[in-house]
Formats: sequence, structure tokens, C-alpha cells
Amino acid sequence: MRVLKFLIPLTVFAVLVGFFAKGLYLDPREVPSPLIGKPSPEFALTRLDQPGQTIRRADMLGKVWMLNVWASWCEACRDEHPYLVDFARLKALPIYGLDYKDQREPAQGWLAERGNPYDASLFDADGRVGIDFGVYGVPETFIIDKQGVIRYKKIGALTPEVLRDTVLPLVRKLNG
Amino acid sequence: MADARRLLAAALLALSAALPLRAADVPASAASAADATVRFRAPAAHLTAADPAIEARMLEITGELRCLVCQNQTIADSHADLAVDLREQVREMLKKGMTADQIRAYMTDRYGDFVLYRPPFKGGTAVLWLGPGVLLAVALAALVLVIRRRSQLPDDQFEPDPALDDDPRSGTPA
Repeated sequence: MRVLKFLIPLTVFAVLVGFFAKGLYLDPREVPSPLIGKPSPEFALTRLDQPGQTIRRADMLGKVWMLNVWASWCEACRDEHPYLVDFARLKALPIYGLDYKDQREPAQGWLAERGNPYDASLFDADGRVGIDFGVYGVPETFIIDKQGVIRYKKIGALTPEVLRDTVLPLVRKLNG
Repeated sequence: MADARRLLAAALLALSAALPLRAADVPASAASAADATVRFRAPAAHLTAADPAIEARMLEITGELRCLVCQNQTIADSHADLAVDLREQVREMLKKGMTADQIRAYMTDRYGDFVLYRPPFKGGTAVLWLGPGVLLAVALAALVLVIRRRSQLPDDQFEPDPALDDDPRSGTPA
């Protein structure tokens, strides 16, 4: 009984410390996406560089591809961009951009200046497709499989570690 | 004397039992905070619906949705670009005759339960909803146990209170 008197508060305290310690390492900005494991939303958008040409969801079926949400006004995209340019050289999978709430001219200038890792960029001027993809912070990156199902989502800038340790193995698995 | 001590102990325990109650208030008070933001809303929207009824409905619905960009504001209240777009989206959906439930489903399809200031009761949120009640039950049980045990103790188990030592009613032996 006497021992319990010490043990109970000590246990409660230890559990609390455990929760707080875990909380320190959680990022409250990372909201789990309900879209993972679900078919990607429908879209039909023109290409950034060719306003006459439309790319639809159906056009992308049959391949594992990356959708990277970016914009010329987005600060964090500048940090991410060189890693994406390097990654594109590996030709691990087709990389498509979603140019989110942007204007054609500055967006194209941005790519000309920093290099273009994208097979094509979809031009989402009013951000409607971004909303359907649940985008709330640019950059965001999706990996979509051959059936058009979203398999992975990264909120915030990609890093070489994420690309090497998470994206590449997943792409190999989905293609394998 | 002993009664006074028991009273004090009971009061302290009751206070500690009441603490989890405040935690239980969280979902409701978050909702009322959301109501408040609707009422005292800054004229944020440069786009407003021509129909005041739709505008009011829109604010009522978005007042209970969390803005993903600035997470402690509602979509009704936020100036973030995304919130402006989402308010416009809700206006359009209301004009199409969609119900509040359909609009909430539209939001949770994209952003998950996280956008709801009133999360649904299910496996993942059971601790959130039941936790405060469980804590309250544990605290009340502890309170009952302690009071019962103390009421069975003889008075000489309690420290004498020097200020009341002259009190003839005090049962403390000198």
C-alpha cells in the first residue's frame, strides 16, 4: 500500500512525460491525408508551356508518376527545386508539376531560370485542382500508381533523404 | 475539528475532480469560439455573395471548419488565400443547393477529420471524447474511497489544530 502511494503518481507522471516527449517531435502542420489509398481526383488542365494542350487524369493511367505542386511565388519551392532537378536526372518516374495559383509568364520564367525537372506542368490558375487534391501548403508531392490511386503524399519541401529513402523504394515497389 | 479537515480534503479532491471536466468542455467551447468569430468577423471576404442568406449559411458552415494554413483559425475567419478560395467554394455549393452535411463531407474528403472543430466519434477519436469522462470517474472514485477511509479513522489520527485547541467541542486529547 505504501509502495503504491509512490508508484501511482510516478506512473502517471511517466506516462505524461512520454506523451509530451512524443509531442515534441510531431509536426502539427502534417495533417494525415484522407486521399492516400484513394483514386486521385479527376482533373483536366492545360499545359503550362502549351495552353492549347490539355492533360487529363485518364492520360496518366498505366504509369507510376509524381505530381509535384509548385508555384513561382512559393518560397519553399526554391529550396526544393534543385533536389527535384537532380532527381529528375535519374529518370526514375515521370514527374509532372502542378503550377498552383500562378501566372503563366512568371512561372515559365521561374523554370527557365532554375531548370525544369518536369515532363510537363499542369497549369492550375484558380487552384481548383489543388483544392481537390487537398493542397494546403505548397510545395506538396504525390506519388500516383498505375491505377490512378494516390500512394504517397509529402507536405512541404522534398529533401534528398526523402527522395532516396521513401520515394525511390516506393516507385520501385509500385513498378515491380 | 476533524470535520473541518474532512471538509477541506473533500473540497480539494472535488476541485481536482473538476479539472478533467474542463477538458471535457474543449470541443464545445471550441465550437462556441467559432460562433464568436462568426459574429465578430472582420470584413475579410472581398468576395461576398449577393444573397445575404447564402452568406450567412456559408459563415455558419465555415465557422466550424479549421483553416489548414493557419490552424487555429476557422475558414470563416482566416485571411489565408486557401480560406478565401474555400469560402467561395462553399458559396457555390450552397447556390447549387448542397446541404451542410454534403459540404462537410466535401471538406473531410480532402483534408480529413482534422478540418472539423467538432470531430466525429469513432475509433481514433474515442480517447478524445471519452478520456475526460474516464478521468472524472477515476477522480470521483478516488474521492469516495478517501472520504470513506477518513470517516472511519478515529479523531486522534488527525493532527490537532492549535487555534482550536481551547474549543471544548474539540475531541483531541491534550
